[in-house]
Amino acid sequence: MAFYRPAPYQKPVAIAVLLAMLALPSVLTAFGQEFYIGFATRVLIFALAASSLNLVLGFGGMFSLGHAAFFGVGAYAAATCLNSGIGDALLAFPLAMLAAGLFALVVGAISLRTRGVYFIMITLAFAQMAYYLFISARVWGGDDGLSLASRMTLGGFSLSSDSALYFVALACLALSIVFLGRLADARFGRVIQAIRENETRMEALGYPVFRYRLICFALGGALAGLAGALLANLTGLASPNLLQWTQSGTLLVMVIIGGVGYLYGGVVGALVLLCLEEVLAGFTLHWHIALGLLLLGIVLFAPKGVAALFGKRHG
Amino acid sequence: MTQLFLEQALNGLQFGLMLFLLAAGLTLVFGIMDCINLAHGSLYMVGAYLVAAAAQAADSFWIGLGAGVAGAAVLGLLLELSLFRQLYKRDHLSQVLATFALILIANEAVRIIWGAQPVMLNPPEALSGPVEIGNFFYPAYRLVIIGFGLAVAGLLYLLVAKSRVGMWVRAGASNREMTEALGINVQALFTAVFVFGTALCALAGGLLGPLLAVQVGMGESVLILAFVVIIIGGIGSIRGALVGSLIVGSVDTLGRALLPTLLRALLPADAASTLGPALASILIYLLMAGILFFKPQGLFPARA
Amino acid sequence: MAEALLEVRSLSRRFAAVDALQGVNFSVEAGEVHALIGPNGAGKTTFIHHVSGALQPDSGSVHFSGADVTALSMHQRVAAGMARSYQITNVFLGLSALDNVALAVQGRADAGSSFRFWKPARNEQRLFDEAHDFLNQVGLAWRAESLAGNLAHGEQRALELAMALATRPKMLLLDEPMAGAGPEESARMVELIEHLARHVTILLVEHDMNAVFRLADRVSVLVNGCLICTGTPDEVRADPEVRRAYLGDHL
Repeated sequence: MAFYRPAPYQKPVAIAVLLAMLALPSVLTAFGQEFYIGFATRVLIFALAASSLNLVLGFGGMFSLGHAAFFGVGAYAAATCLNSGIGDALLAFPLAMLAAGLFALVVGAISLRTRGVYFIMITLAFAQMAYYLFISARVWGGDDGLSLASRMTLGGFSLSSDSALYFVALACLALSIVFLGRLADARFGRVIQAIRENETRMEALGYPVFRYRLICFALGGALAGLAGALLANLTGLASPNLLQWTQSGTLLVMVIIGGVGYLYGGVVGALVLLCLEEVLAGFTLHWHIALGLLLLGIVLFAPKGVAALFGKRHG
Repeated sequence: MTQLFLEQALNGLQFGLMLFLLAAGLTLVFGIMDCINLAHGSLYMVGAYLVAAAAQAADSFWIGLGAGVAGAAVLGLLLELSLFRQLYKRDHLSQVLATFALILIANEAVRIIWGAQPVMLNPPEALSGPVEIGNFFYPAYRLVIIGFGLAVAGLLYLLVAKSRVGMWVRAGASNREMTEALGINVQALFTAVFVFGTALCALAGGLLGPLLAVQVGMGESVLILAFVVIIIGGIGSIRGALVGSLIVGSVDTLGRALLPTLLRALLPADAASTLGPALASILIYLLMAGILFFKPQGLFPARA
Repeated sequence: MAEALLEVRSLSRRFAAVDALQGVNFSVEAGEVHALIGPNGAGKTTFIHHVSGALQPDSGSVHFSGADVTALSMHQRVAAGMARSYQITNVFLGLSALDNVALAVQGRADAGSSFRFWKPARNEQRLFDEAHDFLNQVGLAWRAESLAGNLAHGEQRALELAMALATRPKMLLLDEPMAGAGPEESARMVELIEHLARHVTILLVEHDMNAVFRLADRVSVLVNGCLICTGTPDEVRADPEVRRAYLGDHL
């Protein structure tokens, strides 16, 4: 597999989409569909979370099944910040990223000593540990989670309107995608992609493989934490459900649907899955069955691995 | 205090043995087939539902248990033949995605068939009361579960350590290519192991049914505990699964029962009541992290 | 000759019930080409793993360039100046030849930190200029833009050498560089190694005796985990123990 290179049409398309996204709230308002601004914000947030997992899984080649833990830690950190008087996102969001990143650093330091099935199970187990920790500790509200008294401000501007939060989420996502795109092309990105392909060879070229993996894992955790902080603002709640392992599974499904190791994989996957959910849920209460069958179909009819369906790079 | 400790130790043993039933099949599937199966917990859930339904229909717990486990085994056979057989050769990403999809399907199917409310499963009439052990009373049914667990563990030990099939299984776990090269029908072996694992986890589901609520989602939390057991014990090792199960079962049970009391003796009441439950609930994960730090391959690695 | 660049002292290692290495003492002088030979299963690969840092010994030590490196990991030994090539071609097949070597250049401490997240690496002309030089040294410059996966077998082996060279090693550890090569490719590889030997110390593990006797200043023979003989090619050829090990007791 080669280093990631964006397709030539990618940049103009991305800019066009970004412009359309900037106009979206006014369009929705004009048609009286303000409800969907919240939904669009949700898509942006999950796109960010899935993209952060794609950094770890797609670029770093680390099959983490506990990524939702960092998402959740970010949400709880944001809620804790707000409730203890740090109400400005300019400070609270970096703190949330720091908390999630540090947690990822600890989890990674232990899990990255292992490989394969082991790594999958251990990341899952650590995420479950975080889940139980938040559920059983009273300071974090137990089963009910930690609710936010209000939304945060950003440099003095209130985020209480849905479109304000939408624009903040859009900015966070856009900046993160730009960052990830640069990273994939920078020295660090080349190293982690090469490690994904052949870690022994990289070790034999003098690279401290463990350290690169760990930093990549922690970066992914920090970005997931940012997504969590945004989601806490959107829903007004840091809920333990965010850390549940099924949430990690959902993020994984998003990345796989959108394309493992593609810059926009997480974005496409989040958009497809959340829209699918919205549509299917309108038809039937039991839409999970339909989703499950769809995923099974994807696995069974993509014999070269799931990602092969979505591009020739993995074929 | 000793009485509380004894009672909790028995509870821990009982919990550990049930975890072993789950982890035994799982560790072999992981170890031999290098296949990650997230849906193992769903088989446990479906097993519990089948036992509950059969027990209700037959008006007998034991008939229900037998029929339910048999039904789950048939389901396991069908799943292996139709889906898992194709998954063994695939990458972990595909395995996780497919078995995650199975969980979604299983949870929703159960919800459609049995509804969202928990289903009641009563223990056999004769065992519903307590028995006196020494100077305290302990539920008879829990003792029966312990007996079942010990019997199955012993049987499994004999099967894996002494029998020819067991030798193949161990060989398969430590070196799959070699086993194939020696002419063992690995495909049939895989099917047998998978079906056997399914039956074991359905048995656990059925036995635990009267103690816990039979409900949607019951499989997922227990699945992760089984993972912790396997991580601690070492993938592919039955002995590791047994030791890991007993460690996790007793540490979790005793931790939840005794840790808050212990902390109250050491810390101010306020801090203790905050910290106690939180620490108790993550105790086994801390234990896992500690063991991994020193033995990244678990206590009994099957592969050299 | 100068003082030893690599010195292995009473290295021992057991696997299960097998003594893979039994108290091996071995040294490579700076500037020489030292070949390690031995029948299949003699423990050559195990020995190489201990030198490169992929495995840890039960007892004994490895000294390199005057320092005890026994406890150092593989990447730390590379940083200390020990580069290796692999028996099986081990390059990044999806990358161009140039990118492969540039990765090796980039890994060097004097090439700067690789914890850079923003500046596109492909604009770092210096990395690629240098990578080009190394490709030139192994005669692959004209294939710089080809995908490594599209190179011929011999070219891939040469690329592997260029990558090892790009780490600017004091010693090159070549693990069967002729493996799987045809006669013509072998001849070209021998020429290449001869050329490299003028600039760098080489520890060569090889089955091809023609190549060994042509290239090596000294030869060591490993049999059943024991080093039975070290000397010039002629001395080794004449050693009765070596003849016995290779040709069997009945001769």
